[in-house]
Amino acid sequence: MTQARDEIKIGGLGASRRRVEDNRFVRGKGRYVDDIVLPDMLHMEILRSPLAHARITSIDVSKAWQVPGVRLVLTGEMMASRNLAWMPTLSYDTQAVLATDKVRFQGQEVACVIADDPYIAKDACEAIVVEYEPLPVIVNPAQALAEDAPLIRDDKENQPDNVVFDWEVGDKEGTDRAFAQADVVSTLELHYPRSHPSPLECCGSIADFDRSTSKLTVYMTTQAPHIIRAAVALVAELPEHMIRIVSPDLGGGFGNKVPVYPGYVASILASILLERPVKWIEDKTGNLISTGFGRDIYLRGEMALRNDGKILGVRMQTESDHGAFFSDAQPSKFKIGLLHSAFACYDIPAAHLVNRGVYTNKAPGGVAYRCSFRVTEAMYFQERMMQAAADDLGMDQAEFRRRNFVRDHDFPHRTPFGFLTDSGQYGKCLDVGLEAIGYQGFLKQKEEAKQRGRLLGIGISTMTEPLGAGNSREYDILGIKMFDSAELRVHMTGKAILRTGAKSQGQGHETTWAQIVAHELGIPAEDITVEEGDTDTAPFGMGTYASRSTPVAGAAVSMVARKIRAKARKLAAHLLEVSEEDIEWELGRFYVRSAPGQGVTIQECAAAAYSNMPDGMEPGLENVAYYDPPNLTWPFACYIVTVEVDPQTGVWDVLRVVAVDDCGVRINPMIVEGQIMGGLTEAYAMASMQFITFDAQGNCVGSNYMDYLLPTAWETPGYELHEVVTPSPHHPIGAKGVGECATVGGPAAFVNAVMDAIRDTGVRNIDMPLLPDRVYEALTQRHDVSGAPPVRTDD
Amino acid sequence: MTGLYEEIREQPAGDVPVRRVTITVNGAKRTADVEPRLLLAHLLRQGFKLTGTHTGCDTTNCGACTVLFDGRPIKSCTMLAVQADGHEVTTVEGLAGTSELHPIQEGFKDEHGLQCGFCTPGMMLAAKALLDSNPDPSEDEVRWALSGNLCRCTGYQNIVKSVLWAAKKLQSQSTS
Repeated sequence: MTQARDEIKIGGLGASRRRVEDNRFVRGKGRYVDDIVLPDMLHMEILRSPLAHARITSIDVSKAWQVPGVRLVLTGEMMASRNLAWMPTLSYDTQAVLATDKVRFQGQEVACVIADDPYIAKDACEAIVVEYEPLPVIVNPAQALAEDAPLIRDDKENQPDNVVFDWEVGDKEGTDRAFAQADVVSTLELHYPRSHPSPLECCGSIADFDRSTSKLTVYMTTQAPHIIRAAVALVAELPEHMIRIVSPDLGGGFGNKVPVYPGYVASILASILLERPVKWIEDKTGNLISTGFGRDIYLRGEMALRNDGKILGVRMQTESDHGAFFSDAQPSKFKIGLLHSAFACYDIPAAHLVNRGVYTNKAPGGVAYRCSFRVTEAMYFQERMMQAAADDLGMDQAEFRRRNFVRDHDFPHRTPFGFLTDSGQYGKCLDVGLEAIGYQGFLKQKEEAKQRGRLLGIGISTMTEPLGAGNSREYDILGIKMFDSAELRVHMTGKAILRTGAKSQGQGHETTWAQIVAHELGIPAEDITVEEGDTDTAPFGMGTYASRSTPVAGAAVSMVARKIRAKARKLAAHLLEVSEEDIEWELGRFYVRSAPGQGVTIQECAAAAYSNMPDGMEPGLENVAYYDPPNLTWPFACYIVTVEVDPQTGVWDVLRVVAVDDCGVRINPMIVEGQIMGGLTEAYAMASMQFITFDAQGNCVGSNYMDYLLPTAWETPGYELHEVVTPSPHHPIGAKGVGECATVGGPAAFVNAVMDAIRDTGVRNIDMPLLPDRVYEALTQRHDVSGAPPVRTDD
Repeated sequence: MTGLYEEIREQPAGDVPVRRVTITVNGAKRTADVEPRLLLAHLLRQGFKLTGTHTGCDTTNCGACTVLFDGRPIKSCTMLAVQADGHEVTTVEGLAGTSELHPIQEGFKDEHGLQCGFCTPGMMLAAKALLDSNPDPSEDEVRWALSGNLCRCTGYQNIVKSVLWAAKKLQSQSTS
């Protein structure tokens, strides 16, 4: 009879285990960067540029030095004398740390003050006098590419224009042939607005250089501590073993805390110069106007269609606005990230995509804002295009999708742009969603409501997306391959400590990683401590973003536990006095095949590893695993939204949101559902209110929470969640990424619903966010509504 | 003198005015000399080392710094420390006893009402103010009461469930 441990009881796979980290968070005992106080610590503030494009004619810091309590004032000139005025970006460009020649976006870092307290540092920043000579400002690609456009990056050699790169993928000739055969060609043009991940906690660092040991410790808000250590070693020219990066609790990340920001670098230099700890905590405006944004891309596309609804080909022409420095934090070898993952869930014979990246006078640092590097834009365009094409064909939008889905038995499937998808049940997910929302019933209700002058709409978004960068062939950061790691040490009593190269920002790794170990070894999850974020103790890993923790680090956790189990098996054979071949494993226990009653627990094996190992065996029970995934993981999602639009005002209310997610095997269903609901809310935010734009002078509109609108509990709709499970064929426990799915696939469902409600106007597109005035304009003027900058701010 | 010794720091030149304030924080009287411009959130965090009160936005929008001020929820990032002189302030550290969690804390844990934890102290205090005055709120009443507090992780649904969970628990405690 089996004596295996009950997996759910020990907190293994599938257990909605309550989170370990909550014990400190609900007590207010989290330890975020700003909570850390070091002896003799000083405080740094940054003076930012009020102008978007200007030549600096003079900087006078003398009055700042006179403010009592000021210890250091840093300018670009001082940085330059140490060769630190510019730093390399993660995208092989350069970025100013503190401006020397010009400022190139509003909010650019111009000077820093280090003082006894942050109030003094702020006072002293205001005492710095900077004289600027304003230059013409560029806020969109059309301006950037105009013939007489001012050159933004005149600091660079061989940069005659404002083009960052040109990039192309797909089969141009094949696509041309597909269009030649089309019965119908559908077109769509839209702007996906600039948005900001805006975790509640802003960025910050405490640099602590100890002259006596030559060791630099930096506590900082980073999703990728090991990459930062490598970058600091390169930028500051310090030996890597003398750098310790500690990422403590993070108050959200969503991609914003991947890049290297000037504030980090300046705080490090200040600590080295002053030989005291220097803390820099950004304020919300600093975070919104200068750190990594998401999106800001212009998408035009065409779809070649046969009358029966078959898609023959797709063309996309896109322009992306990268701001003043190309500092996208994305690790693929593709310049525009994974934009070409568009249409991956549909069986499309030919596709072609071109992209031009441009410099503008806007904040740099495109980040994957809760998405895998432009996947959100890809899926938004895809699903808006699908709805437009279904309308042009006069076909039901659900049926049109179903007719073009890659079928369950067609995997592995090569997408038109070259990705290899490996698993999914797309039709089933759609069925579950349609059933849940009551599709046919709603269509009837919508028609009846229309008779009474009410506007109801239903929007569908279905998509598969590539999650879990990477595989080392196609994904790296500064040449470092995108693997990840886990190190597991089982103590003599069978308790354990696990460390990984990932870094939770709310995803609950301390809870879920232990569940994977419990699943592999039968050690109760509560007996396993999880640690991350300290480069002196954690194995080298690439961090947490792009929904890569579970696909990559989570796989490494499985693999290291299996290494431990392999050694434990030898110990078990020794204890049971049989050969290894005669031993079987069940959860938490090895037993003799011929006598299942005779067995030893994993805890007994752990004790033996320290007290009773066989001759010749190395003592101890610990190991490390580095995992290079063979492919990305491909979750699938179907989101369906119903809305009612008020024809008098353009205000729209969400009636229902149904989400069907297939992210493979769920480690902790409670946490997965939490991720999906958080993602849906960011989708709703982008569709309804959340965006950053600029006026013609390059002033950032959306520079604080009074202008940058985030939904509260009051506006946010309720969610109905459903699941389908198609395990990943290559992940050790069959899991797929999920954190970003709803943010990626969600926006199109909301927008498609509103567009469906106002279908009779003939309007093809309203740019996000669908603010009431934009919807009202579409309803009354019956034309497409663009949201591209510049916006008018004079009225 | 409060400890074995207190270092006498040389005052910076310039005349920085200082006001003495006494605030009852989590039931204990705390006294400090503060610059009149010092924000209450900073006194709590840096002065009294109660770092559970977070500062998120500096503009009274996000609510991460919410504390109870004479029992009412206020945003401590836009109140001056001197305004709190003579008043009572409750922070997240004052919510539970030393070992037992408050039902609101239990609710947030049980219903997965938090992810990164940064908004959580403010959310819980806003929830406490609601439940103190309305022990049996509807979902809409919870959503309205929390609408001054932003969360970027959860999408609020589980936060609302957490508060309703706590309401139920508190009611069962008061009847038993």
